[in-house]
Amino acid sequence: MSINLLAALAAMLTVATPLVWAGIGELIVEKTGVLNLGIEGTMYAGAFTGFLVALRTGSPWWGLLAAILTGVVAGLAMAVLSVTLGLNQHVSGLGLTLLLIAGCEFTFRMLYAGGRPKLDDKFDAWLSDVPVLEQHWLTYVAFLVLAPGTWWVLRSTGLGYRIHAVGENFEAAEVAGISVNATRYAALAVGGAFMAIGGAFLTLAVLGSFTLNIINGRGWVCIALVIFAKWRVWPVVLGALIFAVTDALQLQLAITTAFSDVPREVMLALPYVAVITALAVWGRKVHYPGSYLKAYRRA
Amino acid sequence: MMRLVLRGSEPRWVAPVAVLVAVLATVVLTAIPIRIAGANPPAAFERYLVQPLSSPQGIYEVLLSATPLLFTGIAVAIAFRAGYWNIGAEGQFLMGAVLTTWLALTLPDLPAVAALPFGLVAGAVGGAGWALLPAWLKRHGRIDEVVTTLLLNPVALLVVQGLLNGPWRNTASGFTDSDRFGTGYDLPEIVPGTRVHWGFAVALLIIALTWFVLSRTAVGLHVRATGAAPDAAAFSGVPVDRLRFRAALVSGGIAGLGGASQVMGVQHQLTQGISNNYGYTGIIVATLGGLTALGVVLVAGLLGDITVGAESVSLVLQVPTQLGDMFGALLMLTVLSALSWRRYRVQWRPPRRAAEDSEREEVGHR
Amino acid sequence: MSTAAPLLELEGITKRFGDLVANDSLSMSVGRGEVVAMLGENGAGKSTLMKIIYGLVRPDAGVIRMEGRTLNIRSPRDAMAAGIGMVTQEFSLVETMTVRENVALSGVGLGRIDARQHRARVEQAMERIGVDLQPERLVSTLSIGERQRVEIVKALFHDCRVLILDEPTAVLTPQDVRALFVTIERLRTSGLGVLFVSHKLREVAEISHRVVVLRRGTLVGERVTQEVGDAELAALMMGSTTASTTTTTDTDTAAAAVGLSVPATNRDASSPASPDPGARVPALSLTDVTYEVRGHPVLDGVSLQVMPGEIVGVAGISGNGQTELTGVLAGTLAASRGRVEVAGQDITRSGVGARLQAGLGRLTEDRRGSVIPQLSVEQNLVLEDLPAFTRRGVLDGAAIRRHAEELIERFDIRATPTDVIANLSGGNMQKVLLARTLARRPRALVAAQPTRGLDVGAYRYVHGRLEDLKARDGGVLVISEDLDELRSLCDRIVVLFRGRITAEVAPAEATSDRLGRMMAGEVSA
Repeated sequence: MSINLLAALAAMLTVATPLVWAGIGELIVEKTGVLNLGIEGTMYAGAFTGFLVALRTGSPWWGLLAAILTGVVAGLAMAVLSVTLGLNQHVSGLGLTLLLIAGCEFTFRMLYAGGRPKLDDKFDAWLSDVPVLEQHWLTYVAFLVLAPGTWWVLRSTGLGYRIHAVGENFEAAEVAGISVNATRYAALAVGGAFMAIGGAFLTLAVLGSFTLNIINGRGWVCIALVIFAKWRVWPVVLGALIFAVTDALQLQLAITTAFSDVPREVMLALPYVAVITALAVWGRKVHYPGSYLKAYRRA
Repeated sequence: MMRLVLRGSEPRWVAPVAVLVAVLATVVLTAIPIRIAGANPPAAFERYLVQPLSSPQGIYEVLLSATPLLFTGIAVAIAFRAGYWNIGAEGQFLMGAVLTTWLALTLPDLPAVAALPFGLVAGAVGGAGWALLPAWLKRHGRIDEVVTTLLLNPVALLVVQGLLNGPWRNTASGFTDSDRFGTGYDLPEIVPGTRVHWGFAVALLIIALTWFVLSRTAVGLHVRATGAAPDAAAFSGVPVDRLRFRAALVSGGIAGLGGASQVMGVQHQLTQGISNNYGYTGIIVATLGGLTALGVVLVAGLLGDITVGAESVSLVLQVPTQLGDMFGALLMLTVLSALSWRRYRVQWRPPRRAAEDSEREEVGHR
Repeated sequence: MSTAAPLLELEGITKRFGDLVANDSLSMSVGRGEVVAMLGENGAGKSTLMKIIYGLVRPDAGVIRMEGRTLNIRSPRDAMAAGIGMVTQEFSLVETMTVRENVALSGVGLGRIDARQHRARVEQAMERIGVDLQPERLVSTLSIGERQRVEIVKALFHDCRVLILDEPTAVLTPQDVRALFVTIERLRTSGLGVLFVSHKLREVAEISHRVVVLRRGTLVGERVTQEVGDAELAALMMGSTTASTTTTTDTDTAAAAVGLSVPATNRDASSPASPDPGARVPALSLTDVTYEVRGHPVLDGVSLQVMPGEIVGVAGISGNGQTELTGVLAGTLAASRGRVEVAGQDITRSGVGARLQAGLGRLTEDRRGSVIPQLSVEQNLVLEDLPAFTRRGVLDGAAIRRHAEELIERFDIRATPTDVIANLSGGNMQKVLLARTLARRPRALVAAQPTRGLDVGAYRYVHGRLEDLKARDGGVLVISEDLDELRSLCDRIVVLFRGRITAEVAPAEATSDRLGRMMAGEVSA
């Protein structure tokens, strides 16, 4: 039993990692008042290009770099649509997700019509003999660098102040000499990179291969987490862990205990149900960023 | 040097030209992957767009492919028209299919005369039921519907998967498909010998009804007012919240009807892939169709055409079918972009002044 | 040259929005230790000019100089760097940030911010201009006056030499105004130039050394404050045409043209338009009407009656409950307590439809918020009365068109029935709203700022229609900031101060001075 529990803990951290990367990416973007529904597609594209380049070059590092670039490009595309052109954020985000997923599936089928290629060389776990701490370096970075770093930047740097101001009241930000659009562009580019890293983690570190349903709604989970966390960093991390623990635990518990009767799907639906319940309970008390879903246009 | 300035007024030719430019851009952009896939773009486009329409059999297939998109497209259009951002047509479509399946599995031997109407009604109830919670939260809690409707989509998919993995697993094959429905639930073909079923006619009927209500009745004017300027509509006594709530339920109901039409008319059983992203594509259909009834019909037809064409291109020219999906999404993004640019015109300025201004074009102008 | 040059100098500033000329070749200056007032009505182009100076709007032509040096202001950042500070009309504060963070916002870099050191600097700056606020308080907890002080601190934080205040007193209590003037004086003596934008003559006379007057985008006059009288400034602001008397003939013909016949479908046949003179039921009656926001009364026990055939005016500085009073009457806000009656019928809790049915007409200050911009003129005209234009569930297009054409002709609306209403001018839009409201022959009309921003012709036209309604025994409640309008139109004027009716006066006795003091809260002025 204790071995199962440790294995579950280790699995939990691994499962949570892509959610932390992409969730924080989405958090940064939403902090500037943009809802990026391109997240699902961006994670997918990150997973795919990371895998493709790693496969072709033989190095997961090149794959990671490619994923990051893909994420930046996807973020900038979202920025052109929703910031410069001022299109509806949800329509442009969903359009981007559909386009990216279709594009990646297209390329994957074109290149590997029948086969199931596998990476020769993927990222190895660190501390491979230590239970629980046996994790990929991207997991360590997510929990020990990305989360505290984002928290610190948002809290006590000029950049954080700018992001906060743009997201809450973009007129005030503009009057204070902060470029609303530049801030949103930057947030979308960086956030896109983090989302793509979250996706690439699955192909480059966990699986070593690419499957067509690899993201499978993880992007939507992140959207849920960010709202559940009320746009704060640590609750996003906590939410990712809670989601991961239910996922990891039920794998363990399914073998042994009474939980085996609970369908896996119920567990998987938990984050969504939790967020909708939380929204219903918090109701009007949820404080969305003031410029949420609004395009900024100068007179 | 040139820069963009706001137009005083918009000439009539601008919007069509913008759309044309967007279509051309989409064609050029999709020609690249076709080329990379080793096919000849003109030949491929001929197969995507023209060939499906060149034979009666092809046209029937196009209508069949367009049917679910007609449902989800008009469903999304109705909600968007009322200013309710229903992103959840995907989940509502699935739950429509689920409730219809439940009925068909519970009462398998129902004769067609009862099974057909009850099956469709079950679908509508399933879709409307799935739309109820976000609509209720929006009306009574002012909770943004974009996120709630979106997040219920994966939940609906999990419901489908849970049911198919558990209680509804196929009793004969053990696969994760439901049992085949009783034949009473089969929507008959409109033209014998083809696969086009009466779901298509139901979709057209609903779209015609929508057009009529929106353009010819007081409720329709109220809905348009609500979507265009909710505060002003409320000022004029339009019951904005109630209208939106009802539009949300109607939207969900129609999407659910689409799910019922798909299980009863095409698959005759519930499958995991019952919704081939139809709900999300419905957003493309509605948006590209300008949220109008006729626009929805045209765009759903176009995407149906491309879907059928994509099958043949994939078989003959080895270009994966996903190009059809890429085309739809790309077309929406380029058309929206082009239309948003049309408020500006290009102005030529003397180089000296222009150099000072080049750094910040007045793109931000409304 | 450079020492003689004024601190801030504008030359030939021009800005067009589409066909509208917001600023037409404006030139002016502000010197060291000088307070310059800019006067102009709403819509005269003041706000556009402020935005140009602050880099929020780019001019089509013109030059801005600071101490003789030409500036190229492309964004607020450039303006701040040049020494220009601005306090905007609607505050530019982030409510979820603290006072300190808001002050830090302008000119913040990207890197780490030392909160403690920064707090000390903010406290220093506040001390310099005599502001006492806790730096770590959230802005959302501050009062309006306190927020404005934060704005001033923010503007001064970065070596500002010219401070622009855009309508700073519009939302302030008299005490806050006093405090603001003390602050301005303090800044001026320390060598700053101050540009004070306002449309209130009294304040301008009190605080400024020079006045420039803006009308319809053009600079129409520049005077030394001490040498100019209110009347002259008002004439400059309003334009000389206002002074000419209305010719009787055109009101008469207009009145005849209005004719006041209404499609039979609109009439409630069971209720005669003229009430029994013996009964004298008020057209509009408010009893102890209170409207609270978070337990805070914005309207506090307002009681008021408008009799048939009477026009009652409500005067007051904006922000004393006028908007809420309009909202409670129009049905967009729900009164917390009290009772509203139209011709004896209780409509306090009624929806908009029931209010209209009871005979209430509404013209609010937010015209664009009263029409559906994307719909056509005819659709907007019938929007509040669709059942009358529906036959067997279907809209009767022909009847709608006839109705629209009739109203367009009667109310002299310059548009066709199918024109999209967003493209209409302000005056035409107000005529559409007037037509929509008066076509129902209301017993009581609430008109908030009915002529704001209208040209002289439209101004007179609207007044004529309100007087017609009065002549037909309708009761009218006019809520306005235009004292001349109230004096010329009303039978009685009441003063709204901090949500209460604090005084009532006959128009003949309502001198500007007396009304002004009443509006500032003096009960027995």
